[in-house]
Amino acid sequence: MIDNLPYIAVAFFVAFGIYTLMFKKNLIKIAIGVCLIENGVNLFLITLGYRKGAVAPIYTMAPSGQNMVLPTPQALTLTSIVIGIATTALILSVAMMIYKHYGTLDTDEVRRLRG
Amino acid sequence: MSILLNNSPILILALPLLAAFLIPLIGRINKKTVGIFSALVLAISLVFTILLAVKVITVGPQIYVFGAKSSGLTLPSGLNVPIRIMFQVDAMGIFMGLITATVSFLGAIYSLAFIKKTEGMDNFYSLLLLLTVGMFGMEFTGDLFNFFVFLEIASIASVALIAYRGIDFGEPAEAGFKYMVVSSISALVVLFAIGILYGEYDLLNIAALANVIKYSQLDKIALALLLPVLAMKSGAVPMHMWTPDAYSEAPAPITMILVAASQASLYALFRIVFSLYNVNSNTLAAGWIIIIFGVLSMFIGVTMAIVQKDIKRLMAYHAVSQTGYMLLGVGVGLAVLSNPVALKEYGITSLEGGIFHIMNHAMYKGLLFLTAGALFFRTGTRNLNKMGGLAHSMKYTTIFFIIGAAAIAGLPPFNGFASKLLIYESVYKFNPLLSIIAMVVSILTLASFVKVFHSAFLGPKLPQFNDVQEVPQSMILSMAILSCVIIFFGLFPDLIVKNLVHPAVMALVEQVKYTGTVLGGM
Repeated sequence: MIDNLPYIAVAFFVAFGIYTLMFKKNLIKIAIGVCLIENGVNLFLITLGYRKGAVAPIYTMAPSGQNMVLPTPQALTLTSIVIGIATTALILSVAMMIYKHYGTLDTDEVRRLRG
Repeated sequence: MSILLNNSPILILALPLLAAFLIPLIGRINKKTVGIFSALVLAISLVFTILLAVKVITVGPQIYVFGAKSSGLTLPSGLNVPIRIMFQVDAMGIFMGLITATVSFLGAIYSLAFIKKTEGMDNFYSLLLLLTVGMFGMEFTGDLFNFFVFLEIASIASVALIAYRGIDFGEPAEAGFKYMVVSSISALVVLFAIGILYGEYDLLNIAALANVIKYSQLDKIALALLLPVLAMKSGAVPMHMWTPDAYSEAPAPITMILVAASQASLYALFRIVFSLYNVNSNTLAAGWIIIIFGVLSMFIGVTMAIVQKDIKRLMAYHAVSQTGYMLLGVGVGLAVLSNPVALKEYGITSLEGGIFHIMNHAMYKGLLFLTAGALFFRTGTRNLNKMGGLAHSMKYTTIFFIIGAAAIAGLPPFNGFASKLLIYESVYKFNPLLSIIAMVVSILTLASFVKVFHSAFLGPKLPQFNDVQEVPQSMILSMAILSCVIIFFGLFPDLIVKNLVHPAVMALVEQVKYTGTVLGGM
């Protein structure tokens, strides 16, 4: 059970993110929802590479005979975090532009495009 | 020369990527040259793509491994695993690459005159080049995680381009926000699915994964995650809500490139169901899911298009509807994949129709969006009710519009007819009803474009458009090139199907062709 704790956390992150996306009307909160899902996915990736009692995957000065955690998911997660920063920055800057023109962040009022 | 040719898969991407970051520097010195510079870079990229296409078709799939000679790594224990990052360009990948290269080159040429505001112009071209890089990467990569990275590059660049006019108007920013949320969610779901596959098999390479995939419960979950989000990115109903907004609010040349970008997602969908899962999965069920997406997109897209008043919004709904044809053609091919008799009888033809339609659609829908951009450029409106009598003053644009409209409605001798006929006759053998729906949708498409033609071009000359003239030469040039391509494809469809489309279809159907090129060399 305790080993599955990270996966439960992943499920919570993603579920909260989807909840935020579906039921919140503020554009900033939607950006937060995207971030939550992203954190969930990052946690999922990093958990995949985790091995119990293993050391960091650095060969220099590593104690011999001990398991190492998988380095690939860590590299993937780092890349994904960097991409996530760009995404969040872009979402927030577009939200800023919307606020400038509409004077509101409420999704019910930002609705000039329809039909 | 041969060094250049051997490294062409990476050069096609590296040149625009490098240029994208050089452009702000060049813009500091002279704002006027950035457009010409990026068109030049994209032209070089196009030449390399054509050379690579010739090589792929004549010699076979090309592999480019980053930082090593071979894709594998032999461990001391004798185990050989493909762990390197690589580009794997087969006939299908290069088919999409040709579309991307053509469309982005013509988009850059068109932008030379279309983008008048010099402020932020260098950013526009930087982003255009980055979008091109993202699309090329999605099409060439042989690695799932790389695919995710390029998907994000393409979506971030396209969001910034959709919201390009957001400084002055509210609507583009709104469309950009919508597209950003949709594409970041879909990219994260793709990453989650990649995580599942990696956790199960410890592999990221598509070919190596395809070799060991077992279609277990986890693989089913991964497929169920990947299929809808990639369909969403390609704009299929019922996840099409971003398409009309994003397509109508982006600048016209960008809309044309965005069509190709959605098709890159479509390509990824096909790559996953054919090259990664292939007959391991339940192809009949997956095929029917794609067919249902396709029929819904075709029908709902066209019925929504008929009532539109905004010319670009109307065309955007038609883009949704035309995506349905591709999904239908390929879905039928996938449904009969594990049945060799049916596959030979009509499955291959239907796949050819679907794949050929991708290229045709990129060409004629690009042309139509460019003509809509030309109308907007001169009249300053996209509302069809406010336009009229423009055939008097914009003769070339009128001719180009007629060519594009005839092609999208599937009239001979234009290219839309060639691919639609392939789809009709093969889908009829699978299920006559689907074929009839496709034909009805085609008629509705024609009706809707007759309406556009009537309200925008015909009628007496309106007084408020007295000083409207033909658009500048660079815009005419890119529209003329697209028209020539459309007519050429329409007159000689056999040539294209035999040399480009059929190899692409076989590269999808025969999984061994894809996996063998990586694993065979080890």
